[in-house]
Amino acid sequence: MLKYTFRRLGALIPVLIGMSILVFLIIRAIPGDPAQTILGDKASEQAVENLREQLGLNNPIYIQYFSYMKGLITGDLGTSIRTSSPISADIWPYLAATIELAFVALIIAVVIGVNAGILSAWFQNSIFDYTAMIIALIGISMPVFWLGLMEQWAFSLELGWLPSIGRESVRDPITPITHIYMIDTLIQGDFDQFVVVIKHLFLPGIALGTIPMAIFARMTRSSMLEVLRSDYIRTARAKGQKMFVIVYKHALKNAFIPILTVIGLQTGLLLGGAILTETIFSWPGIGRYIYEAIQYRDYPVIQAGILVIATIFVLINLIVDLLYAAFDPRIKY
Amino acid sequence: MNSHLLHVKELQTQFITDEGTVPAVDDVSFYVNPGEVLGIVGESGCGKSVTSLSVMGLVPSPPGKITGGEILFDGKDLTEASEKQMQKIRGNEIAMIFQEPMTSLNPVIKIGDQLIEGVRIHTDKSRKQAKEQAMDMLQKVGLSRVDELMSQYPHQLSGGMRQRVMIAMAFICEPKVLIADEPTTALDVTIQKQILNLMKQLNSEMHTAIILITHDLGVVAEMCDRVVVMYAGKIVEEATVKEIFNDPKHPYTKGLIQSVPDLRQRKDKLYSIPGNVPKPGQIKSGCVFAPRCAYAFETCGQEMPKLCSTEGSQQVRCWLYHEK
Ligand SMILES: Nc1ncnc2c1ncn2[C@@H]1O[C@H](COP(=O)(O)OP(=O)(O)OP(=O)(O)O)[C@@H](O)[C@H]1O
Ligand SMILES: [Mg+2]
Repeated sequence: MLKYTFRRLGALIPVLIGMSILVFLIIRAIPGDPAQTILGDKASEQAVENLREQLGLNNPIYIQYFSYMKGLITGDLGTSIRTSSPISADIWPYLAATIELAFVALIIAVVIGVNAGILSAWFQNSIFDYTAMIIALIGISMPVFWLGLMEQWAFSLELGWLPSIGRESVRDPITPITHIYMIDTLIQGDFDQFVVVIKHLFLPGIALGTIPMAIFARMTRSSMLEVLRSDYIRTARAKGQKMFVIVYKHALKNAFIPILTVIGLQTGLLLGGAILTETIFSWPGIGRYIYEAIQYRDYPVIQAGILVIATIFVLINLIVDLLYAAFDPRIKY
Repeated sequence: MNSHLLHVKELQTQFITDEGTVPAVDDVSFYVNPGEVLGIVGESGCGKSVTSLSVMGLVPSPPGKITGGEILFDGKDLTEASEKQMQKIRGNEIAMIFQEPMTSLNPVIKIGDQLIEGVRIHTDKSRKQAKEQAMDMLQKVGLSRVDELMSQYPHQLSGGMRQRVMIAMAFICEPKVLIADEPTTALDVTIQKQILNLMKQLNSEMHTAIILITHDLGVVAEMCDRVVVMYAGKIVEEATVKEIFNDPKHPYTKGLIQSVPDLRQRKDKLYSIPGNVPKPGQIKSGCVFAPRCAYAFETCGQEMPKLCSTEGSQQVRCWLYHEK
């Protein structure tokens, strides 16, 4: 198992190198002079020349890539053109905000989605089954921005129960430690602030979690239906076991492997694809960080952001692969 | 008369399918008493598995449903029992071994845990006690290195070992009745013999009544006290093993016995009953066996005969023996 983990980690190296090349080429793929494009037509000759020097564009391309890689290996993601500060220092608060939001969305999606799927399969063709699957179908086809706006309208504007934007109270900001506010407020023992954080997470969490929730529900249902028909479930019933234990222990453990694959894929998408949700809810996450960088043509930031998200995506897939073994003893590494 | 341990009376089980209602089991009656081995024989698709699933209350529903008859166990009618009452009986008083040893164990749960679970559902023994009992039982069914086996998964075992585990699982709560649905069909011949001997041994040690389902008359001759012959969802003959082999009455039973290869007389060709097995419900009027029967006469094509007593305890469903 340990050996397999190392082998898989080793296999990541070419993948990461490939990604870095792609990302590296983004800035070089700009037609004409990238420095000129970034700064716009009105920039002075001197400013353009300075930027060209700063980005290393005057060197041959392989030297450029080499120094870029050297930076990456030492944890240097480059320097933001807009703020002139190192990206590796800037990026974490944004990433933390996204991780926190994605985590909440994932919990909502897994707990509700998987359970709805289980119950739908258990009580196949019941009213619950039909209702849940219709809701799941709507959930999958629902545009995130529309759902987000409706949530804001209903729960903030009309009912006034929950805040509609941001991740903390503007008048009473949270002192960051890890930048994951659920953890920070707990470390500080500030329970009131913890509740504020949760309240802010609620609406964007649901908006972001709805599509994965629907996907999990449908996936779980079909996987469970197949397992519930199998011979070993009949054996468990012949032992006199209760249906609840059969469904949640005997069946779920078998049905969970395909579900796990989908959860892994969706987690990657949640981290990378939260940009719509983050925009609607003014969530200061990595999606917004990149989005703003695009507006300012802050190419080093765009590169770094994409690279970080892609790396997380690859790592999550690795974790899922390793988790298979925990659920299925037949998988040998 | 009515004090049989398990008494199935006029059982009817149907499947509602797209092509209409399939009467998979129709008017089936039999009984077993403690320590007895009852054989149920018949060709593939005649309703043997559905009969046993009906007794267990495990007919897949939908599409299946018990539509008539009674299943009396210790005097209680199981067709009327609630799911909760059935859970107390399943595994504890009536246990079952299935036809498919390769797929009947849960692939992701350790053998030991699957056995321990059985004990703990029906008793309030501690995990440790249950574990000891499980290991004892595995030893009893002839498995070795039991310690290691307890923490293994089904895919690490051979078919024969898995079926032994299934038998251990079935016997672990010392049920009063064991239904064994073709327990050896999927296994090779030497393993078959061992498994059957094992069941016979447990039957005499624990005094468990066994309903042994098979299509192998050799197995019946070796194992059973009485036998029920099924054809297309119906019982066509019931007799003691001696009667069946010495004096089969029903033309179908005669055909079955004739088609068992006899090692002492080598014939040029094996006998087989002409024609095909009909699906249950396919034959609408008359005797279900009439189209393949060499003795069929006019009445056979018109009306289904009833099960009638002949000599001794033998019963047969055939117009040749019908007292009109
Ligand atoms: N789930 C089901 N849906 C529809 N019909 C079924 C179902 N299960 C069984 N049947 C019907 O019941 C009949 C009897 O099936 P059963 O499994 O009892 O046969 P069997 O005697 O056990 O045969 P085998 O020796 O092959 O195990 C079949 O011919 C089939 O038409
Ligand atoms: Mg069968």
